[in-house]
Amino acid sequence: MTRTNSRLAILGVLAAATALTVVAASADETTGITDKTIKIGNIMPYSGPASAYSQIAKTDAAYMKMLNDNGGVCGRQIEFISYDDGYSPPKTVEQARKLVESDQVALIFNSLGTGTNTAIQKYMNAKKTPQLFVATGASKFGDPEHFPWTMGWQPDYVSEGKIYARYLLKNMPDAKIAVLYQNDDYGKDYLAGLKAGLGDKASMIVAEQPYETSDPTVDSQMVNLKGSGADVFFNVATPKFAAQAIKKAAELGWKPAQLLNSVSNSVGAVLKPAGFEASKGVISALYLKDSQDPQWKDDEGMKKWNAFMDKYYPDGDKNSSFTVYGYSVSQTLEKVLEGACDDFTHSGIMKSAANMKNVDLDLTPPGIQVNTSATDFYPLQDMQLIKFDGERWQPFGEVVSGADTQ
Amino acid sequence: MEILIQQIVSGVATGAIYACMALAIVMIYQAIHHLNFAQGEMAMFSTFVAWQLLAWGVPYWLAFVLTVALSFAGGIVIERLVFRRLENAPVLSHVVVFIALFAIFNSLAGFIWNFEIKPFPSPFGSGALFGGLMSPHQAGMIVVTLLVLALLYVFFRFTRIGLAMRAAAANPESARLVGIRVGWMTALGWGMASAIGAVAGMMIAPVVFLEPNMMVSILLYGFAGAVLGGLTSPVGAVIGGLAVGIIENLAGTYIPVVGPELKLPVALFVIVAVLVVRPSGLLGRKIVQRV
Repeated sequence: MTRTNSRLAILGVLAAATALTVVAASADETTGITDKTIKIGNIMPYSGPASAYSQIAKTDAAYMKMLNDNGGVCGRQIEFISYDDGYSPPKTVEQARKLVESDQVALIFNSLGTGTNTAIQKYMNAKKTPQLFVATGASKFGDPEHFPWTMGWQPDYVSEGKIYARYLLKNMPDAKIAVLYQNDDYGKDYLAGLKAGLGDKASMIVAEQPYETSDPTVDSQMVNLKGSGADVFFNVATPKFAAQAIKKAAELGWKPAQLLNSVSNSVGAVLKPAGFEASKGVISALYLKDSQDPQWKDDEGMKKWNAFMDKYYPDGDKNSSFTVYGYSVSQTLEKVLEGACDDFTHSGIMKSAANMKNVDLDLTPPGIQVNTSATDFYPLQDMQLIKFDGERWQPFGEVVSGADTQ
Repeated sequence: MEILIQQIVSGVATGAIYACMALAIVMIYQAIHHLNFAQGEMAMFSTFVAWQLLAWGVPYWLAFVLTVALSFAGGIVIERLVFRRLENAPVLSHVVVFIALFAIFNSLAGFIWNFEIKPFPSPFGSGALFGGLMSPHQAGMIVVTLLVLALLYVFFRFTRIGLAMRAAAANPESARLVGIRVGWMTALGWGMASAIGAVAGMMIAPVVFLEPNMMVSILLYGFAGAVLGGLTSPVGAVIGGLAVGIIENLAGTYIPVVGPELKLPVALFVIVAVLVVRPSGLLGRKIVQRV
């Protein structure tokens, strides 16, 4: 009896599997798109340790609302569905399935995190559903050959590493560089970018010290880096450790030129805890206008953003870079969708995303533009160098490109 | 040579962090003969309370005293509300509640004060001592740790109530027969452990910055220190904490295979090695259970 039952069960599973395959195959190019609407999915940590990022999705949602009020894109209203994954990859997989299979969205937009997006990258590509403008700088999300349905947005960590390398080669060709980096994809991407940018001058790097996120402090690493005799310190750490490192360097009486990765260039969350005095002269890079910088007071783009914030996201924090980020990435999506009006399908949208030429956004500083091609899935790769004057970031020099072709 | 000295001094400074935490662990172990996994989160929460008081404009030392007092009361409340009812429950129930408290305090702190790191002031000033080897705060922290240690030693050694607490932990039955209120001794132990945790938190926060996850890995190193020195000995806890700090720095710097990547496993290796070779730790005494 049991035997028969289990056999039946196996048959049932097989039948179900076949049915699923059929359904999967029938998911077509226009799932989530009608003549009047387009469904866009999003996954964001609204809860848990990374919940501060959820301001990005709230800005995205507000932007979609603004688009709808202005008549939508290509005559279609946007239905924006955003779910919480608590920054936990297994949860992300669950939510991505729900969005794709139950809500039947046309694409997933701006889902946040490296591990979380890695967890759904294969699935989204198997489903041929665009995973557009993921909110992470990991370089693996710009790989059109293997993942033609996935695209990043912000300058990836490798490109940024190259930008610092180019700055050093030009301005401090005899520098001895010490690197502190987080021992994971993120930290190694930066280090790889720095080495690639230095090319045959990679021997300028005299010391590399990794740290684990479980380390209470990076004191021991900083002692070793100082001991290496380096005169440039490249700080590839997340906010807490970046602040610890800047503070420790000052305590050790070590005064190298400091390069700080853009992940941690928040004045409030990093430089203030580290101490403004200790942070003076630190160099970093940005690719979006700083809403607090007085030089943009009368800027057209900044005015548009201010009006948008006042009307559609009045609770949002205007001091936070997250609202600037959300506005800009949403505007990029708007341009991509508009470019796909004639072929409003999954692959049409993807084609449009891979065909952006010198696109200016409201909040990118002059000279920084969005560029993609069928082989270049890194929309933003240029950055403006900035230096901390003890109070705020001051831009200096020209825009530096992190792209390979230059 | 210079790096060796710097790594040792920096190890002592980091070790003082572990030693502080190890003291709180030893305290609670004296009272209940368990390791409280929520100890670190309770200390973190206390530190947030201090931060809030300071943000409201309370002067540092007043905030310090208030926080220690509040944490002491909080520890007693937790014991009275939760653990008294679990007195005869199996160890597993305790462990589950410890883990629950861990999650509750962590999320609650994140909910109230968010996850962004916050600078926490040091009463010892900033700058550099001994040619940049150590910050004044780290030196101050070592002094505070030794002070807490001295107080604990005096308390257990020379006061009636300290003696009563030891008796209640070592042999509850007999202690009760000689008129010691064992339940309240346990509650007192909880209060003191929370108070020491609060001191540890306020000393640690200026170094690692205040955020809800600041204690998670420190607690592990604290455990390593406490186990190494002996869970029954406050002196051992401090020596153990300092030793772990120095060992991990030297191993991370000089053993090529280890490198900075394997610093945490080194601490865990210390725990395993001590438990296998000398379960009572360097300075601890054996606990004999009468059956």
